[in-house]
Amino acid sequence: MSAHVTSLYPRLEPLLAQVSKPVQYIGGEVNSVTRDFETAEVRWVLMYPDAYEVGQPNQGMAILYELLNEPDWMLAERSFSIWPDLAALMRRDGLPQFTLENHLPIKAFDLVGVSFSTELGYTNLLEALDLAGIPLHSVDRGEDDPLVIAGGHAAFNPEPIADFIDAAVLGDGEEASMRISELVRAWKLSGRPGGRDGLLDQLAQRGLAYVPSRYEVSYGDDHAIAAVQARPGIPARVRKHTLMELDEWPYPAKPIVPLAETVHERYSVEIFRGCTRGCRFCQAGMITRPVRERNIQTVGKMVEAGLAATGLEEVGLLSLSSADHSEIGPITKQLAERYSDSFVSLSLPSTRVDAFNIDLAAELSRNGRRSGLTFAPEGGTERLRKVINKMVTEDDLIHTVAAAFGAGWRQVKLYFMCGLPTETDEDVVAIAGMAARVIEEGRRAAGTRDVRCTISIGGFVPKSHTPFQWAAQADPETIDRRLRLLREKVREDRRFGRAISVRYHDGKPGMIEGLLSRGDRRVGAVIERVWRSGGVMDGWSEHFSFDRWVAAAEAELTPQGVDLEWYTTRERPVTEVLPWDHLDAGLDRDWLWQDYSDAIAGAGVDDCRWSGCYDCGVCPELGTEIQIGPTGRSLLPLKVVQHSA
Amino acid sequence: MSPRRQPEQQAPPVQKLALRYAKRGRARFASHRDFGRAFERALRRAEVPMAFSSGFHPHPRISYLNASPTGAATEAEYMVVGLATEVDPAWLRDTLNSALPDGLEIMAVVDAPSGLAERLKAAHWQVSLAGADPSEVAAAVQELLAQSTHLVSRQTKAGMREFDVRPAIHSLVAVADGFEVMSAIGEPLVRPEDVVVALQDVRPGLAGNGPGLANRLAQGTWDGERVQPPF
Ligand code: B12
Ligand code: SF4
Repeated sequence: MSAHVTSLYPRLEPLLAQVSKPVQYIGGEVNSVTRDFETAEVRWVLMYPDAYEVGQPNQGMAILYELLNEPDWMLAERSFSIWPDLAALMRRDGLPQFTLENHLPIKAFDLVGVSFSTELGYTNLLEALDLAGIPLHSVDRGEDDPLVIAGGHAAFNPEPIADFIDAAVLGDGEEASMRISELVRAWKLSGRPGGRDGLLDQLAQRGLAYVPSRYEVSYGDDHAIAAVQARPGIPARVRKHTLMELDEWPYPAKPIVPLAETVHERYSVEIFRGCTRGCRFCQAGMITRPVRERNIQTVGKMVEAGLAATGLEEVGLLSLSSADHSEIGPITKQLAERYSDSFVSLSLPSTRVDAFNIDLAAELSRNGRRSGLTFAPEGGTERLRKVINKMVTEDDLIHTVAAAFGAGWRQVKLYFMCGLPTETDEDVVAIAGMAARVIEEGRRAAGTRDVRCTISIGGFVPKSHTPFQWAAQADPETIDRRLRLLREKVREDRRFGRAISVRYHDGKPGMIEGLLSRGDRRVGAVIERVWRSGGVMDGWSEHFSFDRWVAAAEAELTPQGVDLEWYTTRERPVTEVLPWDHLDAGLDRDWLWQDYSDAIAGAGVDDCRWSGCYDCGVCPELGTEIQIGPTGRSLLPLKVVQHSA
Repeated sequence: MSPRRQPEQQAPPVQKLALRYAKRGRARFASHRDFGRAFERALRRAEVPMAFSSGFHPHPRISYLNASPTGAATEAEYMVVGLATEVDPAWLRDTLNSALPDGLEIMAVVDAPSGLAERLKAAHWQVSLAGADPSEVAAAVQELLAQSTHLVSRQTKAGMREFDVRPAIHSLVAVADGFEVMSAIGEPLVRPEDVVVALQDVRPGLAGNGPGLANRLAQGTWDGERVQPPF
C-alpha cells in the first residue's frame, strides 16, 4: 500500500507490439475513470479473472466501478487476466499485473476485489496474484499487501479458494463494498489499528464479509467435515447482503464502452434481481431471493441515459427470467415504439417458455431484426421437469414455438441439461422427439419447410445452496453415453433430423466444475497444483486440461483420504456438515432438504410471487420482501436534446 | 404481422465529407475494426445525422481508405462519410472529438474531393527502434538503399508471402531513434515492419529489438521529394 508508484505503461508498450489483441490492455475507453492515485484515501482494484473480452461486459463489475468511483476520497481501477503470450514477456521483463486506468501494479492498492461468476476463474486468480507479486496464500501476506476479496455467485462457496483470499462478500455488492470502503478509510485514518489482522477482524465481526482464516475447519474419521468453528467474537454464520429498492440504484448509468471487441456489445439494464421460480438446479435463483423489480419508469430512464452515454445500439433487458417482470409487456412495447426509428434493438436473455407470449415476440422483432429464439425446458420429459421444478408441459412448448414461427421466426434454440437427479436414458432420448415436434409444428405454422431447431445440452453440475446440494453428480461416462444416444436418435429421424442440430459439451469438464463448486478447503491444494503445472484460462476449452486436473486431484486428495468422486458423484447424507453450511443465503436448510425430497418424489412448488410464501426462509431470516409491480405507469417522456447541427 | 418484410429503402446521402484522423498513444493498439466500432458509437453519441445503407441491417455510410496496421500510430488516416442532412464540417470535427475515446482525434473535415483514393498513393512513416545503435541503423539504411531488390516474407491471411520491399521505397533515412521511410502504397503493400525486417536482414545486429513502433506522418502523392497530402 505504498504511495509512490508510477505508470508501467512505458515499459509495457514495446511488449504490446508483440502480442495478440493488445487493445485489451490499454484502457482509456469512453466512460472509464482515471483519477489521481496519490490523493485517493481508499483504492480498489476490481478484477475479473478472465480475459477482457469476457470480463468487461460483466454487469456486477460495471456497477461497482461506478459506485466506488463516486466519492471523491476513493478510486477504483480495473484489471483482467493476461493471456500467456503477454504474461511470459512480463515475467521476462519483471513487469507485474497492472490496472487499465493508470497502469499501476495491483499490489500498490488497498483492496483487490475479484468477481467470480464461475469457479473456472480460480486458476486465473492464482496467476494474477503471482504476476502481481502478491503472496498466493493469505497467511503469507504482509502489511503492504492488498486485501484480496472475492465476490460474485461463486463466492457463496469460497472454501476451495479460502487459502488464497482474505475475505469473501456474499450477495449484492453495492452497499457491502461501500461499507467496506468506509471501514478501510476509517481504519487508515486512525493509524491502522491492529494492522491487517485488525482490519480483517473488523470485517468479520461486523458481518461485512466472510473471513475464512477466522474459521477453523476440522475433519472426522469419515473424512467429512466434523465442524467449522468460528474464533471468539466472530459470528458463527455469515449472511449474504441484499439490496432493496432497486429503483434507487440506477446503475450502471455510464458503462464503459470497450474499444476491443467483447462477448456482449449492448447496454444492459437489470430489470429485476432475484428469481423465485424455484428451479431446483439453479443456484442463481436460490441465492438471489427475493425478487426485486425496477419499475417501467426507472427502466425507461436508464435506457435513455445509457444509450446516450454509450452510443450502443442494442438494449438488453437483463434478469434471471426477464419475461416474468410484472410490466414486461408495457416495457418492451413502449421501448420498441420509442426506438423504432433509430436502429436500436431490444433483447432478452433466454426466455421461459411459460412466460413468453406472442406480443412479446412481436415487440422484440421490430426493425426486422429477428435473432434466434432461445427457450430452456432443461429436461426432456414431463416427469423429469417435475423433478427439477421446471413446470412446463410439452404442449406449452409446442404452442409457444408455433406462435413464434407463425410470427416470422425460423430458428429456435432449446437448452437442456444432462445428468439431472433421477434421470434415465429415456429422459434424454425424449429430447429428440420434442425437437421433432417443434419442427413438425413449426413447418406448419411457418408455412415453409425452412425452419430449424438447435438442441444445446451440457452436463448438470450440482451447486451449493440449492436443493440439489446433496445430490450425486452423474459421472462423465453416463453423460457421454446419454448424449451419444440422443445424437443417434436425432440422426435416425428421416423426416426431421436434418432440421435439428445438437450442440453439446462432453461430461468431463463438468466433473471439475463439480469439484470446485462443492469442494472444501482441501481442494485449494488441487487448484494450486493445477496452476503450478501451467493451468490457466480454464473457461476456454482450448486451455482447459481435464487430465491435468485429474492428476492434481489424485496427488493432493488421496493423502487426505478423499478423491474426485467423493466430491462429485457421491450423494451426501442430510447429516453431513457441508463446507458452506456456515454461509447463509437465508435459505432454511430443512426447507432445502424437504424440497430435495419433493424433487425425488416428483412434487412441484409454485412461485411465491403469485402463490404465497412457502417458507424458504429468506425473507424472515434477512428481513427482506418481494418488491414487484405492476405500477400501471408508462415510460416518462424523453428529455429534449439540444441539437447544434 | 407479415413474415419476411422487404427491407426499407434508405435515402441517398445529401452530403459527403472527407475526414483525416489520428490514432495516438495507447490507441495505436486499436485495430481498424476497433476504430470502426468506436467511431460509429461516437457518431451515435454525438447524434450526427448519418445516411444509412439499405437492407435488413442498415449501416451508416462510411468508407475507409488505406487503414494502417494495428500497433502503428498515425496522423493521417482518411475516410469518407455520407450524411442525411447537411452539417458544418467544423461542427462535425468538434462534436466527434468530444465523443471519441482518448487518442483518437479528427484532424480535418472537408467536402469530399473527387478521386481521393487516387491521391493516397504514398505514405510517410517514422519508425522508432528503441535500444538500437544509431550507427548500426545508419549503416543498415545505406546497405538496403544500395540494393535494387530485397525479398522479405510475412505471414498474411493467405499464408506466408514473399515480396520485394525495395521498389516501394521512395526515400529512407536514419534518424535519432530509428528511421523515416516514404513508400508507395501499392500491391503488395509494403509496411514499415517489412522495412524493419529488411534492415535486420542486412544488419543482424539490429535484431532482437522487436518490430519497433511505427507512426504514419502523412499520406498523399509522391512528388519526388515528399508526400503531398490531399487536404
Ligand atoms: C450476461 C451473462 C453472461 C455473459 C457475460 C458474462 C459476464 N462476464 O458478465 C456471458 C454470455 C459471457 C456469460 C457466460 C457464462 N455464464 Co453467464 N450469465 C449472465 C447473466 C444473464 C447476467 C449476469 C449479470 O450481469 N448479473 C447481474 C449482476 C449485477 O450481478 P453479479 O455479476 O452477480 O454482481 C453482483 C454481485 O454478485 C456482487 N459482486 C460481483 N462481483 C463482486 C466482487 C466484489 C469484490 C464484491 C464486493 C461484490 C461482487 O455485486 C454485484 C452487484 O450486486 C447471468 C444471470 C443473471 N441474471 O445473473 C448468467 C450467469 C451468471 N451465468 C452463468 C454461467 C454458468 C455462465 C457460464 C459458465 C456459461 C458457460 N457454461 O459457458 C459462462 C462463464 C463465462 C465467464 N468466464 O464468466 C450462471 C452462473 C451459475 C451459477 N453461479 O450458478 C448464471 C447465473 C446463469 C444461470 N442461471 O445459470 N454469462
Ligand atoms: S421467504 Fe417466502 S416470499 Fe420470500 S423468497 Fe422465500 S418463499 Fe418467496
